[in-house]
Amino acid sequence: MLTRSPDALAATEGSKRGTSIRIEGVEQDFGAFPALRDVSLDIQPGELVALLGPSGSGKTTLLRVIAGLNSPDRGRILFDGENATNLPVQDRHVGMVFQNYALFKHMTVADNIAYGLRVRPRRTRPPRAAIKARVMELLQFVQLDGLGGRYPAQLSGGQRQRVALARALAIEPRVLLLDEPFGALDARVRKDLRRWLRDIHKQTGLTTVFVTHDQDEAMELADRVVVLNEGRIEQIGTPEELYDRPASPFVISFVGEAVALPVTISDGHVTFGGRELHIDTHGLRSGPARVFFRPADIAVTAEGSGDLEGRVESLRRTPAGVRATIAIDGYDQTLEIDSPLDRSASLGGRVPLSLAKARIFPADENGDYVNAGDGI
Amino acid sequence: MTSPSLVGKNARRFAAPSVIPGFGLTFGYTLIYLGVIVLFPLATLIWWSSGLGFSGLYAIASEPRVAASLRTTFFISFAAAFVDLFFGLIVAWVLTRYDFPGRRLLDAFVDLPFALPTAVAGISLAALYSPNGWFGAPLADYDIKIAFTRWGILVALIFIGLPFVVRTVQPIISELEAELEEASATLGAGRLQTVIRVMLPPLAPALLTGFALAFARSIGEYGSVIFIAGNIAYVSEIAPLLIVVKLEQYDVPGATGIATIMLAISFAALLLINLVQAWSRRRFGHV
Repeated sequence: MLTRSPDALAATEGSKRGTSIRIEGVEQDFGAFPALRDVSLDIQPGELVALLGPSGSGKTTLLRVIAGLNSPDRGRILFDGENATNLPVQDRHVGMVFQNYALFKHMTVADNIAYGLRVRPRRTRPPRAAIKARVMELLQFVQLDGLGGRYPAQLSGGQRQRVALARALAIEPRVLLLDEPFGALDARVRKDLRRWLRDIHKQTGLTTVFVTHDQDEAMELADRVVVLNEGRIEQIGTPEELYDRPASPFVISFVGEAVALPVTISDGHVTFGGRELHIDTHGLRSGPARVFFRPADIAVTAEGSGDLEGRVESLRRTPAGVRATIAIDGYDQTLEIDSPLDRSASLGGRVPLSLAKARIFPADENGDYVNAGDGI
Repeated sequence: MTSPSLVGKNARRFAAPSVIPGFGLTFGYTLIYLGVIVLFPLATLIWWSSGLGFSGLYAIASEPRVAASLRTTFFISFAAAFVDLFFGLIVAWVLTRYDFPGRRLLDAFVDLPFALPTAVAGISLAALYSPNGWFGAPLADYDIKIAFTRWGILVALIFIGLPFVVRTVQPIISELEAELEEASATLGAGRLQTVIRVMLPPLAPALLTGFALAFARSIGEYGSVIFIAGNIAYVSEIAPLLIVVKLEQYDVPGATGIATIMLAISFAALLLINLVQAWSRRRFGHV
């Protein structure tokens, strides 16, 4: 249990040691639908971690398991090495920011923020004046000074978001959990709040976990990103690792744009539509496979040296050069390529294309991927 | 009386421009409906009793038997509406928050007091609570008498008032996000604190509406009460019954006098409840 001195109440910024979170083999079923399947994860003290995945991937369920709002069917949650699996929500001291903020609409902003302190048993409840001071301090911290008397309905989305955060911080949480923190906001406010959340994290030093389906958000904010799909962790890594060494076809296509070419491997040679691609198969079995690459990793090249060939569908002038829409032979979608002016081809003409970087994953007969191999 | 052009002009003044036409028609209908169905009969009542004058009305009200019946009606109606407030809230909560087999059936049962002829309800309740009834007999062992006392009136009024509270509160409960409870819990609040500080305040306006409806219905209730009340003058005689009694004795001025007094008290009570409600909406209604 945490015991807090009155002084600790005053300290919002810095100096706080984060709590480590350990998740061991957590599984959760909702009826027949498995929401989490054998999820294990270590979060370092003070780390900022993003749970990234499409809807239904289990990311919110995992966050709720950490918060104690869901109890897992199997597995353990440890805070600072202590088993917290059966600790009730009230005693976990987590600061949770809900997707729709879940502000108490009948309370003023100040009352919302003070709530977590006022509901404490008399023994641990700070005196009235201390609560008031703490609310003032937090209002200032989230840059809402002077708005303490307003009701949530009188605030903008971004302001409500900040009230929700201040309310969560008021209880001096061990960890900060945010469910789609910027989901309901418009693009410009999101950008501002992202930077702001990064600052808050730096200042409080709290271990912070946030859920998002927006890969840009995860990549920009987080120290490490946990990619979830269908209740499983696909990959855990820094943004660099996810971009440069995606562990699975899912990760490469979810994190950034990717083109997937159906190819065949035979005796270590990769062929696509009759042409050989110069890709290291790394001892993959012969058979069907897929080559993944990012649009940025393909470029128009000199005649005769290309891995692939395509037809120029349209050309558009950009400040730096030309953006060409190119249809690759044997691939059903077009892709856009930026190329410098001098390399530009004529409309409808055929251009050779070279792959700078690609990854290859084998596929079974149904086109499902079995395990990962390394690319070029 | 109203030419189309005049309605058109009024429409421009009273209603914001809308793609849906028909302000004139619907407004006219509303006025006629309220006038013919509601206000005209009430006006007649006041007209009839106006011959009595204030002193006459006062004389009727201070007649001991009338005063006793008015007290019985209003106090017990208030008590019944109060009880309904609690039980109605619990029933509405269970029906909206939990999913269990037979929930829809149970939900349909709530409306039975609406649909049942009140006399049927009164007779069943009287049979149940009479000293040899299923409930009455065991209670009689402990010297508790329900039927043919004021408690009987209370039971009948609780019965007929319950659906009003349930039906007004239900939609608001289903709108309350579960996230609010969860947020409260993560902030360290216990269940009771969550209910009192987070869940109940947003429900307050709807609860007051339900209370007012149940109260209003109870004041006018006749059928179900007279069978179980025993109708002992000065004790368990309700004002509506006394009106019938007076009419049977051809004491029309006496009957209309009681009716007018009831109308005045009811109006005052509902006005008060509405004021409290307006206040609670301002206080809690920032939704």
